[in-house]
Amino acid sequence: MRKELICIGCPMGCPLVVDFEGKNLIHVSGNTCPGGEKYAKEEISNPKRILTTTVKVENREEMLSVKSSATLPKEKLLNYMKIINGITCKAPIKIGTIIIKNIDNTGVNILATKNC
Amino acid sequence: MKKIDLVIIGGGPAGMSAAVCAANNGIKDILIIEREEALGGILKQCIHNGFGLHKFKEELTGPEYAWKYEKQIFDLQIPFILETMVIEITEDKIITAVNQTEGYFQIKAKAIILAMGCRERNRGALNIAGTRPSGIFTAGTAQKLVNIKGYLPGKTVVILGSGDIGLIMARRMTLEGAKVKAVCELLPYSGGLTRNIVQCLNDFDIPLLLSHTVTEIHGKDRVSGVSVAKVDKNRKPIPETSQYIACDTVLLSVGLIPENELSKGANIKLDCVTGGAVVNEKRETSVKGIFACGNVLHVHDLVDYVSEEAELAAIGAVNHIKNVQQTKKSAIIIPSNGIRYVVPQIIGLSECTTLYFRVKDCDENVTIRLKDGETVIAERKKRKTTPGEMERIALTKEMLSIIKSAQVTLELAKEDASCERN
Amino acid sequence: MVDIGIIGAGVCGSLIAREFAKYHCSIVVMEKESDVATGSSGANSGIVHAGFDAKEGSFKARFNVKGSKMMKRVTNELGVKYKNNGTLVIGFGNEDRKIIEELYNRGIQNGVESLSVIGREQLIQLEPNSSKDALFALYAPTGGIVSPYGLNIAALGNAMDNGVILKLEYEVVNILKNNNYYSIYSNQGEKVDCRYCINAAGIYSDAIARMIGDDSFHITPKKGEYLLLDKECGTLVSHTVFHTPTEKGKGILVSPTVDGNLLLGPTSMNLDDKENTATTLQGIQKIISESMQDVQNIPQSRVITSFAGLRAAGDTGDFIINMPTRGFVNVAGIESPGLTSAPAIAEYVRDMLFDNGFSAEEKTDFNPFRVPMDWFYGMSLEEKNKVIAKDRSYGKIVCRCERISEGELLYAMCTNPKAHTVDGAKRRTRAGMGRCGGGFCLPRIMELLAVEQKIPFEKVTKCGGESYYNIGRTK
Repeated sequence: MRKELICIGCPMGCPLVVDFEGKNLIHVSGNTCPGGEKYAKEEISNPKRILTTTVKVENREEMLSVKSSATLPKEKLLNYMKIINGITCKAPIKIGTIIIKNIDNTGVNILATKNC
Repeated sequence: MKKIDLVIIGGGPAGMSAAVCAANNGIKDILIIEREEALGGILKQCIHNGFGLHKFKEELTGPEYAWKYEKQIFDLQIPFILETMVIEITEDKIITAVNQTEGYFQIKAKAIILAMGCRERNRGALNIAGTRPSGIFTAGTAQKLVNIKGYLPGKTVVILGSGDIGLIMARRMTLEGAKVKAVCELLPYSGGLTRNIVQCLNDFDIPLLLSHTVTEIHGKDRVSGVSVAKVDKNRKPIPETSQYIACDTVLLSVGLIPENELSKGANIKLDCVTGGAVVNEKRETSVKGIFACGNVLHVHDLVDYVSEEAELAAIGAVNHIKNVQQTKKSAIIIPSNGIRYVVPQIIGLSECTTLYFRVKDCDENVTIRLKDGETVIAERKKRKTTPGEMERIALTKEMLSIIKSAQVTLELAKEDASCERN
Repeated sequence: MVDIGIIGAGVCGSLIAREFAKYHCSIVVMEKESDVATGSSGANSGIVHAGFDAKEGSFKARFNVKGSKMMKRVTNELGVKYKNNGTLVIGFGNEDRKIIEELYNRGIQNGVESLSVIGREQLIQLEPNSSKDALFALYAPTGGIVSPYGLNIAALGNAMDNGVILKLEYEVVNILKNNNYYSIYSNQGEKVDCRYCINAAGIYSDAIARMIGDDSFHITPKKGEYLLLDKECGTLVSHTVFHTPTEKGKGILVSPTVDGNLLLGPTSMNLDDKENTATTLQGIQKIISESMQDVQNIPQSRVITSFAGLRAAGDTGDFIINMPTRGFVNVAGIESPGLTSAPAIAEYVRDMLFDNGFSAEEKTDFNPFRVPMDWFYGMSLEEKNKVIAKDRSYGKIVCRCERISEGELLYAMCTNPKAHTVDGAKRRTRAGMGRCGGGFCLPRIMELLAVEQKIPFEKVTKCGGESYYNIGRTK
């Protein structure tokens, strides 16, 4: 099977042409870096995304912005949002602090992206 | 009156980058004046990633990119004041500002860098007919409510405008539990990055209605729905295609306008296409010693270019303060065939420089040429161009030395299919 | 039991309340909406008409001319901006000439001062941007402009400072006529008993009149759409410019506003629906094309907002100010020149009551003066700093486009009639009326309203009712 995809690994957005069978990648073209091939492989078998969102902070008006340390399975993003929305952290927090370790056993952490 | 060498108006990415660069080039007497409660500008609410790939070779979120500069400002001990609003600047570089501790006060600067950013075009400016209920927000205001204050502006959303802010908010609202029913785009193509179409719309099965617009807003106290219609090639709604979409929220992502009210007060010449100042390669405006960079000069897509531009303005300001002699010979660049605008609009001819520009239409297989009459000074081939993505063309000293006239043109020409991809 | 119950806190109801507040009597104003000045009084041209339009001898003519003469004093007392900028009615041909001369004669009859018909040369001097094809004009130097909702808010605020009670969200659903008093019931089951009842209910004044059995008039809502342009265009014209009227009405005007914007409009469309204040594509297009016929160089791209108001058009051809039954006064059909006439109408209604059994001692301590809402805005920097030294909130700018401080917003939230919605704060301070349309200042204005009223952030509304901004916290 052949599919046209846009690589979202970086803002370049290279248009890829991907040949695959089931969840197996056969060939990729159109990428301008190795990241494109990696993206294509994952996208057809187990699509993943970086998650960025906010977390409540105790006794603070402002939300804490956070991101996932690596990509997470696309289908379960709303599940992860539920987990993240269920917690409250305590200030002060330094940028880069792990807010949730190994979210839902994915091996991925949720990190603070600002100081608060 | 206080006297300060370099005053930077705006503590967002442009202002911060300029400040750090100026400090690293020997200027100590700096003051950043920021109207919000913290530095960072719009990046504070841009919690998504996509920033910094060019500048730092890593993909950062907005707040992380801001922190890269904020940290340097703290480390370099660059002075800044917060919750302070500049209300006027004059041609002789007198700045009037106000805050809660000092009240209204004035500063005389040797150099000023304008980094005030931009504002969003709103419903009023679009003449969208209908009622005036609550529930209509520009995408940026909704972004602030969601990301900073932690409130959801609505449950069912229609977004007008497929620029990046609209696309990012489509995803953000969905992740926080809202249903985005459609994104309408007036043009036959989206203004945002293709990557955002994938990860903000396709990922969530949000329909993108190209060549569509919102023709009417309905609802008494709160939005209850919108009428949308397809538009013809003149971008006028086709009444027969009108459909009603029930929703309680309308987000508008319909354009950014550089905030140059202060610039007008200082008699700074503005470019009516960009909405920002007319500048030379040092980003100096028509008033000597006043520089501009970032979104207040022209609306950028990548914050990395904002930082680059801010550094140019900072060097310009540093040289002005140090009284370094300026180059005499320069040329005006006229955007021509297919080019919407160019920044800088004036270039000195002795140092290499980069032109930033946007095209008027989507195109494929084009060549962009800088010409002095019929002589080609520089050219660049591109496989694909779109108004939504700022382009660059680098000019070396050798190229600039060919220029004889006072005016040169930047133009776009279509090539046949056999051109090289760039 | 109160002496006077006034239904409607529009400009008429408010000025009438203020008039009676000069006497020792109890007054309650009942307003259906969440704020004052939200009906016709909140969305009209703000013109202080000279008085040449209305038929000789009519209430409209009489009260227009009188009100126009009173406006300077009243706006001065209430601290409301008023500009005597003059009115021009421009004409293009012989048909127009006839009508202009009719208006001139009518104006003279009605007692309008300094009226004249001028030729093209003088017109161009007065308005260099008038149409190339304009040949002559009726020039009325006594014409003026005022903020319609500004006058309304200030009048009621001053009335409240002098003892008048305001009940908001009081929708009158029934009136019982007792022997010597009226019982006025609200949709929430509240009741106000009053000896005298004044029906100043605008669009709904016919419905109110029917409650006491008076079905002698009908109010047709007549929609008028407007476009407001950036302050950069505010000096395109200095006078209020009309073109020669037709049977349909005065037509679309081009006028500066007291705040320095440029106003275009209104259109005119009869409706059935008393709640339809939607703008329409056709209306907006009509305003643009017609205004461009009268004035050159109108920059369409500088529109910052569009809105619509409903005129309460009566079917008798004049204002309906009468007393159909003891103690009940109709102040209905107050369409143009309603705003101008309002101060004169208030005095007329006062006299009507006194002539019909009402008596009360004049107060010695009535204070006609109200501190201007924009008392801080107009100060010099030195004066402002003195204020900031005492109250720091005046040094924090919230609305960047209009340069309005937190202090000014808080002032509006604690001064009669207190702002408790975002639109209310906007009408009193101008915060949110600038070119960014409130995009920057909305979150902070909401925060201030929430704190002042001790309500959660998500309960803050745009204009009462269900006009919430947020549905709740995200987490």
